[in-house]
Amino acid sequence: MSLRIVVCVKYVPDATGDRHFAEDLTVDRDDVDGLLSELDEYAVEQALQIKEAADDDAEITVLTVGPEDAKDALRKALSMGADKAVHVEDDDLHGTDVMGTSLVLAKAVEETGYDLVIAGMASTDGTMGVLPAILAERLGVPQVTLLSEVSVADGVVKGRRDGDTASEQLEASLPAVVSVTDQSGEARYPSFKGIMAAKKKPVKSLDLDDLDIDAETVGLEGAWTKVDSAAERPARTAGTIVKDEGEGGKQLAEFLAGQKFI
Amino acid sequence: MAEVLVYVDHVDGAVRKPTLELLTLARRIGEPVAVALGSGAEATAATLAEHGAVKVLTADAPEFTDYLVVPKVDALQAAYDAVSPAAVLVPSSAEGKEIAARIAVRIESGIITDAIDLEAGDEGPVATQSVFAAAFTTKSRISKGTPVITVKPNSAPVEAAPAAGAVEALSVSFSAQATGTKVTARTPRESTGRPELTEAAIVVSGGRGVNGAENFAIIEALADSLGAAVGASRAAVDAGWYPHSNQVGQTGKSVSPQLYIASGISGAIQHRAGMQTSKTIVAINKDAEAPIFDLVDYGVVGDLFEVVPQLTDEVKTRKG
Repeated sequence: MSLRIVVCVKYVPDATGDRHFAEDLTVDRDDVDGLLSELDEYAVEQALQIKEAADDDAEITVLTVGPEDAKDALRKALSMGADKAVHVEDDDLHGTDVMGTSLVLAKAVEETGYDLVIAGMASTDGTMGVLPAILAERLGVPQVTLLSEVSVADGVVKGRRDGDTASEQLEASLPAVVSVTDQSGEARYPSFKGIMAAKKKPVKSLDLDDLDIDAETVGLEGAWTKVDSAAERPARTAGTIVKDEGEGGKQLAEFLAGQKFI
Repeated sequence: MAEVLVYVDHVDGAVRKPTLELLTLARRIGEPVAVALGSGAEATAATLAEHGAVKVLTADAPEFTDYLVVPKVDALQAAYDAVSPAAVLVPSSAEGKEIAARIAVRIESGIITDAIDLEAGDEGPVATQSVFAAAFTTKSRISKGTPVITVKPNSAPVEAAPAAGAVEALSVSFSAQATGTKVTARTPRESTGRPELTEAAIVVSGGRGVNGAENFAIIEALADSLGAAVGASRAAVDAGWYPHSNQVGQTGKSVSPQLYIASGISGAIQHRAGMQTSKTIVAINKDAEAPIFDLVDYGVVGDLFEVVPQLTDEVKTRKG
């Protein structure tokens, strides 16, 4: 039986844009263009490589929870080579935090059917980096996270996790939840053929009713955390800039001494 | 007074600095009860007591090293059940965040990660976070359950506050998931003798302008003259000039030292996300238009191969 891979991706505001908050203190998604979170491209790439290593005996479903526009993120993943997509979309999801999102993803992953869930190391907007661990906890399957190398064979996933104090080799039986870092390998660009093929690939839409989730457990009202205020960081006061005329290093040392760093 | 659980990050009994900072923050909310796991757990007690821990709950078992994350979650849950704390605080390391996230699911609580400050509030602890590549500062709290909060290094001073620090053995029964992910091999990172990047008071970083792995020696020499940690931009890491463990930025470490020195780094958003909250920022770059100069307190437009060695010599001379 072929390997069922579900890749969780997020549609995020472009990090190079002028990101800010909406009036209800949720992330503003209107004024900045959205796209597939860069760090999720690595997850899609590893799913494709695992499929290739399995002689294509695998099916990759890319899954997202997000507004209508989030389809763009799914389309990008499909054009890279994923087989089909699932989009969980519901007005009641606006303002959902990581606890709610993970609940929705867990239900959607189960509904889709899976042997392996792959996610990126973090989103580029919320940047928490905890969703894969929460998903593993909710699904009750092994967590094999923050991998810079991953492979799957004979129902076992193996990988290397480079931590602060040590590099670890990990191993777990499927089903499992994996996350990969930006060290796992450059993500491929969609080919023209891939982009054309993606237009014909199925995108299934699900709402909260389909997943049997009570609207009160998600959304801004149902969130487990509350943002009380968001303030733009004051611009740093303009510093002193000097052009090196041969004494730049000494001038810098003088500044550092004045600040008591030397 | 309410008790606050503090998860201890230690290496064979040597408590790492971010945990001591957590104790400072925990004391603003209640009485810190520390949880130390693994080899050397009991040896942490003296230091933790000195910094305010009223109790130190300890447990050691092979599971903590042989399997990933979950055994530690099981132990933290045992501590939670024993103490019924007002909050759970965990250092914001990669592992710390995963432990915190899983315990939050189990105790049905909300979670805040990467706080840079913490105060007591009428409706529970209020956490300050720096978001959108440090362009915004938010204040948030947990609205459901017992607050679970992870805190970044350098978020609070280390303060002496002697307390009892009574050691109590924690009885842990491991869950079915505890042995799900086996650690089949572990290669410790070689110590450079330099301070830990996220904990250092001074960080000296090199970027694309360093132009080669061998040239990082001049960055290291400056760092060593100042007793600083060495960082690298993503461009330098992707080029293979410096290890990923030293990467500063969105996909690497986020640092907040007293002094950050950027050499040959243009200051793309990816990098700024990881260093923008540094207290004093200094940059050396050939390009006067580089965005890094928008952030600096002091900038030198010039060739880093001239400026950095001169600075290193001057620092050494002044330090005698």
